[in-house]
Amino acid sequence: MSAQVARLRRWSAPYLLSLPGGAWLAIFFVVPLVAILSVSLMTGNPVDGFTLTWHFSVYPDVISQYSTQFGRSFLYGAASTAIALVVMYPVAYWIAFRGGRHKSTLLFLVLLPFFVSFVIRILAWQFILADQGIVLGTLKDLHLVPSGVHVLSTPWAVIAGLTYDALPFMALPLYVSLENIDRAHVEAAADLYANPFQRFLRVILPLSAPGIYAGILLVAITNIGDYVSAAILGGPSTTMIGNIIQTQYVQNANYPVASALALILMVALLIGMYLYGRAFGTRTLQGYAR
Amino acid sequence: MSFLEACGIAGTRGTGAAEDVNWSVFWSQQRRAGVLDWANWPLYIDTQNGGDHPSIDEFTKRTGITVSYRPVIQDNAPFFAQISPVLQAGQSIGYDLIVMTDGWELTQLIQNRWLIPLDQSRMPNFHRYAGVTARSPSFDPGNRYSVAWQSGLTGIAYDPRMTGREITSVKDLWAPAFKGKVGMMSDDTELGAVGMLALGIADQTKSTPDDWNRAADLLKRQRDDGLVRQYYDQSYIKALEDGDTWITQAWSGDVFQANYSGFPHLKFVVPKEGVMLWHDNCVIPLHAQHPVDAMEWINFYYQPPIEAMIEDWVNYLCPVPAAKRLISTRIDDPGVADSPLVFPPPTTRRRFRKYYDFKGIEDHQEYTSIFDPIIQS
Repeated sequence: MSAQVARLRRWSAPYLLSLPGGAWLAIFFVVPLVAILSVSLMTGNPVDGFTLTWHFSVYPDVISQYSTQFGRSFLYGAASTAIALVVMYPVAYWIAFRGGRHKSTLLFLVLLPFFVSFVIRILAWQFILADQGIVLGTLKDLHLVPSGVHVLSTPWAVIAGLTYDALPFMALPLYVSLENIDRAHVEAAADLYANPFQRFLRVILPLSAPGIYAGILLVAITNIGDYVSAAILGGPSTTMIGNIIQTQYVQNANYPVASALALILMVALLIGMYLYGRAFGTRTLQGYAR
Repeated sequence: MSFLEACGIAGTRGTGAAEDVNWSVFWSQQRRAGVLDWANWPLYIDTQNGGDHPSIDEFTKRTGITVSYRPVIQDNAPFFAQISPVLQAGQSIGYDLIVMTDGWELTQLIQNRWLIPLDQSRMPNFHRYAGVTARSPSFDPGNRYSVAWQSGLTGIAYDPRMTGREITSVKDLWAPAFKGKVGMMSDDTELGAVGMLALGIADQTKSTPDDWNRAADLLKRQRDDGLVRQYYDQSYIKALEDGDTWITQAWSGDVFQANYSGFPHLKFVVPKEGVMLWHDNCVIPLHAQHPVDAMEWINFYYQPPIEAMIEDWVNYLCPVPAAKRLISTRIDDPGVADSPLVFPPPTTRRRFRKYYDFKGIEDHQEYTSIFDPIIQS
């Protein structure tokens, strides 16, 4: 009898332990998700109310209506993620391998901007990059750039804003994976006459693959759905899908369209991440290392 | 699945409002509570160092009513989205007085019967001192639900050092010389209105979807020709100050305040085609807990000496013309008293134009579907 109880306990323990987390996900993720799905299939308006009419054609409709903004979001998201990776990899590498006893301080400096609200930081860029602001104004006064040049209201400004916000998110996972690399592997490569470039390409880069993978995931997902950067730094033709969702939801109270757009974005991201995982998953990269 | 079908989203029409309330009986039963909860927009009342509001202090001193003043309204649509589920549920939103611009959200509050009609007998100062612009606006005939807190103009602001010439016409927003330096507003009501001004439509209250489409074509061309720098929210004024734009759609009070805070060269013009006149209105939401106290404040601020205190700080278009003399003599601030934007002379008033009043949701949806694609391309 007692053996049975013990077996039952052993069997049920993992389920009971995962119950709080599971309940949390069910209440705050699954239920809203189902709600969004059902709202997207409703028709009506905020005054007369919305009723579920299984209006599936909302999906092809909004995809064709907002394909430009969808495409732009993925383009800006990909560009900013790539730049953040290229910029932050050397930083993370340097901190992990050369930081010595200042590692914590250096990491703290990377994270420091986090202590100021994202919106405030983007607004500061608006100030810095203004046409007659401290950067462009000075360059124009020195006749280093033509007076007609502007940075704000261009796609570059939006991508720069997205990249800027992504830097710490990219640096942290990169740092963790680089920090975890067993230095003996690098030394062994040197003992086997690998030059510094080969040591990096054949040992360090593949072993830091989990960090690259995680960094890209973290940054790409948040940046593709972002709307703050485009709203503050963008121009008349830099609207991202996040801006459309925000306007449709808050300004126009068009809940079905906003919900459909949000779901499409989510599914597109899931598919993208799945393909990305299959193609460049950490196992593939580590397999390449062997 | 039946669960899903059962849960539609209730509309706002006919919810939360009681049928056939006898409002004169209602008002006769109300008593002063000594408390007033008021939601207003930021930087929209006289303020001293330390965040003190002299006009409110004076009100408390004279009436004994304590005011909880909350500058929480950033924009009409998001604030409406916050309060509408509460009003729909037939509950108090926690404010006795809110300030809403004339437009679709205020129209909905009126159409949904989510406002308490003002007790006209408790506002003698309004009837005595309100100027012509504040009386009986087209969106609320007879001031049944609303009185203006401040009014204002949407015209054009520009930096003469950059444009190199005087601006007199709405059509200057389409001038090729200002390519990439034109600021337009991201609010579709404002954008549509300036498009219709440029078309020369004199009375926008009678405009039709055909007019809207023609205005949209004009605005689309302006965008596609690269004239528009950006469609701005409130940040348009900073863009003009920073030199990102040279000429921009603008609200009168902002330019006035910019003139006094380091940008004296910026100019606001009332274009020859006309200027849009809007009102930010005090209304009492349904289920307000202290409606009598709200009426007392309305009656209080419509006194010229009080309005003079407020206006000398806020600098928008004053609903009480008699405050002009007091600002000039007692406060000795001729810059405000003589401003044609705060106290417009008849020549300026003749150029005032009214916005289109949305008749219903279909109307509003048609309008937004025409102008939104220009702003968000």
